[in-house]
Amino acid sequence: MLMTIVLIAILCISVAIAGLIYRVIKGPTTPDRIVALDAIGINLVAIIALVSIALDTNAYLEVILLLGILAFIGTVAFSKYLEKGVIIENERDR
Amino acid sequence: MSLLHLAIISPFLLAILVPFAYKLFRQIHTGWFILPLPILLFSYFISYLSITSNQQSVTKSFSWIPTLGIDFTAKVDGLGLLFALLITGIGSLVVFYSIYYLDKNKEKLNTFYVYLLLFMGAMLGVVLSDNLLVLYTFWEFTSFSSFLLIGYWYHREKSRYGAQKSMIITVFGGLSMLAGIILLYIMTGTFSITEIIAQSDEIFANPLFVPALLCILLGAFTKSAQFPFHIWLPDAMEAPTPVSAYLHSATMVKAGIYLVARMSPVFAEHSLWLWLVAGFGIVTLFWGSFSAVKQTDLKSILAFSTVSQLGMIMSLLGIGAAALHFETVKDSYFTVATTAAVFHLINHATFKGSLFMVAGIVDHETGTRDIRKLGGLMNFMPITFTLAIIGTFAMAGLPPFNGFLSKEMFFTGMVRVLDMDIFNLDTWGILFPVIAWVASVFTFIYSMVLVFRTFTGKFQPEKLEKKPHEAPIGMLISPIVLASLVIIIGFFPNIISNTLISPAQAAIMPPAEGYLYDTHIYFWHGFTPELFMTLGVITLGILLFATLPKWRSVYGLFPKKLTLNRFYDGGLEIAQRGSMNFTKIYMNGSIRNYLIYIFTFFIVILGFALFAKDAFTFDASNISTIHFFEVLLALVIAVGSITILFAKSRLTSIILLGAVGYTVALFFVIFRAPDLALTQLVIETISVSLFLLCFYHLPKKRNEERMTFKMVNAVISVGVGAIVTLIALSAHSNKLFGSISQYYVENTYEKAAGKNMVNVILVDFRGFDTMFEIAVLGIAALGIFSMIKLRMGGGKKNENK
Repeated sequence: MLMTIVLIAILCISVAIAGLIYRVIKGPTTPDRIVALDAIGINLVAIIALVSIALDTNAYLEVILLLGILAFIGTVAFSKYLEKGVIIENERDR
Repeated sequence: MSLLHLAIISPFLLAILVPFAYKLFRQIHTGWFILPLPILLFSYFISYLSITSNQQSVTKSFSWIPTLGIDFTAKVDGLGLLFALLITGIGSLVVFYSIYYLDKNKEKLNTFYVYLLLFMGAMLGVVLSDNLLVLYTFWEFTSFSSFLLIGYWYHREKSRYGAQKSMIITVFGGLSMLAGIILLYIMTGTFSITEIIAQSDEIFANPLFVPALLCILLGAFTKSAQFPFHIWLPDAMEAPTPVSAYLHSATMVKAGIYLVARMSPVFAEHSLWLWLVAGFGIVTLFWGSFSAVKQTDLKSILAFSTVSQLGMIMSLLGIGAAALHFETVKDSYFTVATTAAVFHLINHATFKGSLFMVAGIVDHETGTRDIRKLGGLMNFMPITFTLAIIGTFAMAGLPPFNGFLSKEMFFTGMVRVLDMDIFNLDTWGILFPVIAWVASVFTFIYSMVLVFRTFTGKFQPEKLEKKPHEAPIGMLISPIVLASLVIIIGFFPNIISNTLISPAQAAIMPPAEGYLYDTHIYFWHGFTPELFMTLGVITLGILLFATLPKWRSVYGLFPKKLTLNRFYDGGLEIAQRGSMNFTKIYMNGSIRNYLIYIFTFFIVILGFALFAKDAFTFDASNISTIHFFEVLLALVIAVGSITILFAKSRLTSIILLGAVGYTVALFFVIFRAPDLALTQLVIETISVSLFLLCFYHLPKKRNEERMTFKMVNAVISVGVGAIVTLIALSAHSNKLFGSISQYYVENTYEKAAGKNMVNVILVDFRGFDTMFEIAVLGIAALGIFSMIKLRMGGGKKNENK
């Protein structure tokens, strides 16, 4: 019973990722793509969690945390890049 | 190491001391320090005469590389001793001559004598070695020192050209000879000439026999300037005259003769040997004497004359091989050719050496060697003129000089070819005496040109750079000694017949058990065909010499484009230009092309291997079931990868690459590899941001263009993918052994105190790999840092400053 639900959930999220990938490919502007990527990252978190349930293991919990951090950092870096043109600014006094 | 070995390498040892002697005693001509050695060696080798006269030999061995069967075995037999005496004897005379010829203030004597001593030692090594590889070593030493000596005046372009040409041709032959030696070793299992001769009957039937024969002969022909490899010899005349006299008349060019003579007992059974040696020899004889007539430079005439005389000796050696095919070796009817070869070898060394020295004297005292400028020197240089008369008359084969005797024997040998009925000699054999006779006529003509154009006729003082006068006595002594030898051998040939000629002949044609060669040379044979041939040569020669200006234009008939030198130069040119063009075609500097080569090669080799070995198998028995996730992820990866190819902007490509990387991380998740998944996610993020960094710095306008479609690239990429897939399937279906992973599963906790197996493998079971991966990362970091920070001159200034 639980497995069925997990499988259905994975399927739904996969469809969601497919849709987001369409947005990444098509997305008329760069911010569209970035938001889609960010959402893919979160969806990956969900999928990994579900897969962990399906495989009955706790070995992937680090992956979930890491993915959360990376998605955040990545999105922030992209946003900063779009706004200022650089990601790491040089010190002003140089 | 015996005294004999010491004698062979003593020139090398003395060569070490020459520069010191040159530096310390500048006032004394360095040649005086050299002179005692060849004289000492000559007297040392004379002492062997008593042994070899009885047709015995002395063998002394000294191990060099015993594990490979390479021992420095020195063997003194009749042939080796004859050459050793020539080398040391003429070596002494040449050194003496060079003391007066080379100026101690103007010339770099230290290098000259070092090279000369190197050559002398190498030549002694060639003729006295019984081990073929040692012989080859010394052989290359002679090529090398000859190269140095020809290029002695290296500031002249022609010297460098001549040196290079002789080097290319003789080393080409030398390498071929090495191949022949190796073939002989494969057949017999030994490098020793004596043992190879002992096995000559067995190797005769070996399929490698003919290739070995051809390779050895190629080496001998290039060294001894046989047609068509003779072209280096005339250009080697740019060397100082003592060198020409020594190397290019008396010794080095006879190394090939020596080799042919030495290997005769091995190869002479075969008809190919007779035909090739005799055939090339006779062609060389004709071509050399024919070409010598048109030369205008004294040394060029002598060079072509050397070529022609070497051809004569070579053809005699070839004809002499026929004696082996008749039952009675005792019968000296056919061995006369071998006798003539050895006899003429000695005679040629004497008169040609003296003639070169004469040419050197004329050059030295008048400033030119061009016979068009010379003439009427008889009254200024009577002694030189006398020497020239003796030398040229001996060369032309006139009585009473020694050349007459060997020429008569040469004709005898050639006429007796007519009596042979083997190897089709009864049909084409008639050519031998005819060509020999015609060539002798030309020999007569150029000999006369040499002496009479130089010393008689009109004196032309306005064309000469110096006022001619007789040479100093020191310069004349060496040619006088050689010329007296010419006369002495001419009048009393039998003093050398059983001391030098018979032992040498015994080495070339080993006689039957208990039989000793007994050679006698007579002036007067009676009214034989040879005598009439000589008379004919003299008559026709005088006629043609008198009318030379009228028929000289014959030489103009030959198209200049067809000369052998043109072929050589053109060949080099074509080889250079061809290889350059070829390199330019495939090395065009575009990395795409190189990748095409690499991948095409990859496809062809692997595809061929799969196909030829019938290696492709597909076995579905141990394939696990395919789940839904895997299909889904595979689809995502496939769509992502294919879209990268068609993406219009580079940014899209980078993002898609990131997506593919993340999907791979997901694969790691569902294939239960959490550590890989973690690492993959982090690394993918970093590399995508690095890609973005690169993207940001690209020139703006180039970002928005789609990759152009190229059919070749598409085919190759599909091919590589297909091949790799096929190999992967095949490899998966062909597992021969189970995995060793069970050991890790059992021992990760037991022996290494860890539960994470991947990490335990990384840091414990196989920690060495990890250490060097860390090193790789460290190197990469340092590399990036230094690439950014260190800008050597020429690059842009550091942006941070």
